[in-house]
Amino acid sequence: MKFTGKVWKFRDDVNTDEIIPARYMNTSDPKELAKHTMEDIDKDFMKKMKPGDIIVGGKNFGCGSSREHAPICLKEAGVACVIAKSFARIFYRNSFNMGFSIVESQEAAEDIKEGDTVEVDLGNGVINNKTTDKAYKVAPYPKFMQELINAGGLMKYVQRQK
Amino acid sequence: MGMTITEKILAAHAGKKEVKPGELIWAKLDIVLGNDITAPIAISEFKNAGAKKVFDKDRVCLIPDHFTPNKDIKSAEQAKVLREFAREQKLKNYFEVGKMGVEHALLPEQGIVTAGDAIIGADSHTCTYGALGAFSTGVGSTDLAAAMISGKTWLKVPEAMKFVFKGKLSKWVTGKDLILHVIGDIGVDGALYRSMEFCGDTIENLSMEGRLSMCNMAIEAGGKNGIIAPDKITKEFLKGRSERKPVFFASDKDAKYVDVREYNAAKIEPTVSFPHLPSNARPLSKVGNVKIDQVVVGSCTNGRIEDMRLAAKIIKGKKVHSTVRMLVIPATQAVFMQMFKEGLTEIFVNAGAAVSTPTCGPCLGGHMGILAAGERAVATTNRNFVGRMGDPKSEVYLASPAIAAASAVTGKISGPEELH
Ligand code: SF4
Repeated sequence: MKFTGKVWKFRDDVNTDEIIPARYMNTSDPKELAKHTMEDIDKDFMKKMKPGDIIVGGKNFGCGSSREHAPICLKEAGVACVIAKSFARIFYRNSFNMGFSIVESQEAAEDIKEGDTVEVDLGNGVINNKTTDKAYKVAPYPKFMQELINAGGLMKYVQRQK
Repeated sequence: MGMTITEKILAAHAGKKEVKPGELIWAKLDIVLGNDITAPIAISEFKNAGAKKVFDKDRVCLIPDHFTPNKDIKSAEQAKVLREFAREQKLKNYFEVGKMGVEHALLPEQGIVTAGDAIIGADSHTCTYGALGAFSTGVGSTDLAAAMISGKTWLKVPEAMKFVFKGKLSKWVTGKDLILHVIGDIGVDGALYRSMEFCGDTIENLSMEGRLSMCNMAIEAGGKNGIIAPDKITKEFLKGRSERKPVFFASDKDAKYVDVREYNAAKIEPTVSFPHLPSNARPLSKVGNVKIDQVVVGSCTNGRIEDMRLAAKIIKGKKVHSTVRMLVIPATQAVFMQMFKEGLTEIFVNAGAAVSTPTCGPCLGGHMGILAAGERAVATTNRNFVGRMGDPKSEVYLASPAIAAASAVTGKISGPEELH
């Protein structure tokens, strides 16, 4: 998988209430939810971003609630992938289970600036910052997780086990 | 090599003699849990996968607690999804409004979760049940769907951190203050992916309510689970309550921890977490003059009977300040009933507080006490993120029921001592 997009940069500890405020949680319709993506941290985010853009966060991205609505929102809004120094545990798990791409890279998350154009090549484990021409290696997913991906996500994997 | 209590529980549920941090396992689950926000997505995934039946109708719990009693039409639709699924699957542990309580208060109280269990819940505060000596952790809706079908989940065995508390707690200091202090110390990602084990003589003398508050907030430090080894207090609590036979695990003396922290608990003050992160913790003496508009006593962190007694003791015979709204929300119907019996409801109502039926309500900015821009609340809840209780420009200060009740009287963040 390969994505190229423009970067929107966020600070450390972006929490799930900022990604999708709990007050909108009375529905699970992705289209409804996506309208409010990142609303409490940047209320104009949905006006500014274009599908295919990439989010770069700091440490502990997606902390807080276990709600899958957070990665669902980002995916539905058209965010291609999130790069961060580290991810909160449940957000990581959820993204992974539902096939939303997230990449952990301390260095890339530090260097990349808002507005840069970045290419993420998951297959080869590289992030290329096209604006600065700098490349970053990323660690491949653990083998077990690759198996889940190959099976087509957790639900497919579980069905096959049955 | 010795194992921690968490590793032992996980090994037992993975059918292994031993597990090591970093190892990926499939664990059999004793209980899986969902609520009116997370379960509708899981139920639709369950159906999309062509599943017909949950793995065990006694082990899947659905609790409509967040936006109930239904706050609007959309949330009514969500709750309806749960209700219909629970009927269709004949779930034993579905709790309708009137019996419903906040999930993490309800499950331990009803004896649905017990020592030695492995539990996942599609709610981040599922880590609460570690107080009983269980492994429990929050997951997302897809995990819930998969677990409802298979009764299993994939887990990475976490590294462990140990938090040792020594000494006798000062007056008005509770489990809530200890955990706010810890989060202030290590930060909101200080225990990321890790297990947080609480021990020491302070914990051994801490009530089950206090332990539940502590484990409840493990997630606020990024922790995978919080856990306390079962002891006399645990056994006493589980007696006559636990539906299944509890299994008591303890960490080995030579178990491995990536970090061990010791705290002189006698020195810890009542603690308040300032906006907008639980880690912005300050001792009460350093809080300064913070005027408030609302006080909330309730939630899965501090909505139990001990919390209600503590708040009532402080507010008894006094009045809620003229510029403050005070909301008291018992976490379960049993707590509510006990409040009536002990005359606590009367104390709160006489003081000018609003007392409501159990709900998550304002804790997540859902309903029943939303803040306007610029307003401030002291809450016994667990999160003070931007917009958590209402407008993104409102503020939430996290504290114990003692601080919350005292603040309701003075109209600013205060300790009970200030009322004399
Ligand atoms: S009381 Fe608050 S933290 Fe607890 S389950 Fe409800 S919304 Fe979540």
